[in-house]
Amino acid sequence: MSSSQSGVKPTTVVDSRGTMCPGPITDLFRAYRNASIGDIIELQATDPAAKSDTEAWARRSGNEIIAVIDEKDYLRIQVRIIKKGR
Amino acid sequence: MSSKAGEKRNKLVIICSKGSLDMAYPPLMLATTGAAMGMDVDLYFTFWGMNMISKKTIDSLKISPVGNPALPMPNILGMLPGMTSMTTSMMQGKMKKIKMPSIREMIKTAKDSGVRFHACSPTMDMMGLKREDLIPEVDDIIGAATYLELASEDAITLFI
Repeated sequence: MSSSQSGVKPTTVVDSRGTMCPGPITDLFRAYRNASIGDIIELQATDPAAKSDTEAWARRSGNEIIAVIDEKDYLRIQVRIIKKGR
Repeated sequence: MSSKAGEKRNKLVIICSKGSLDMAYPPLMLATTGAAMGMDVDLYFTFWGMNMISKKTIDSLKISPVGNPALPMPNILGMLPGMTSMTTSMMQGKMKKIKMPSIREMIKTAKDSGVRFHACSPTMDMMGLKREDLIPEVDDIIGAATYLELASEDAITLFI
């Protein structure tokens, strides 16, 4: 996680701020379905479960979290899409 | 049959048996998340769970304060007329505040994510429901044998 301080420029930004579980994962999944291999999706979330849930999602779906940036009142979680399911 | 060591189960089958507002959310939240994680998800609606997929009741699920020790109301008061609708609108207000989607929206999201919806045939008979009384998201009408077959494919199964 070399770029964990500021992150990289994402392909898509998903703003899930204000939604609670399962909002962030549902929004991320929507973006993931439209994404291509190599894309970087940035999930923005205020849900305190978002980090742990996105990590679980990434492990399960075979994708990679490249940065988690704490913006004080929300998180920016950057996911590199390296595997596409359905 | 259990999973092979180190292999994770990739199938989720939930029996939805309750028709109250508070009990309608957990299966839909898990189902949508499961589908987002790449799992095969089946929801089997039975008994009062049919209220979640019946056109007549989907938008009017309620929560009762009676027999619910988690709510700050003695049963004797909860029995008074209007208490169920009061408790329901209190819960809906709280849900709106945290931007919780409605049951109808949750079902739409689940369906879009690939979750399959099954209605229980004996319950339909018992409640006098026909296929056209159910929301179009319902895939099919199945019985216990089909459920057991779904569940036996090394699935995580929950009864809610």
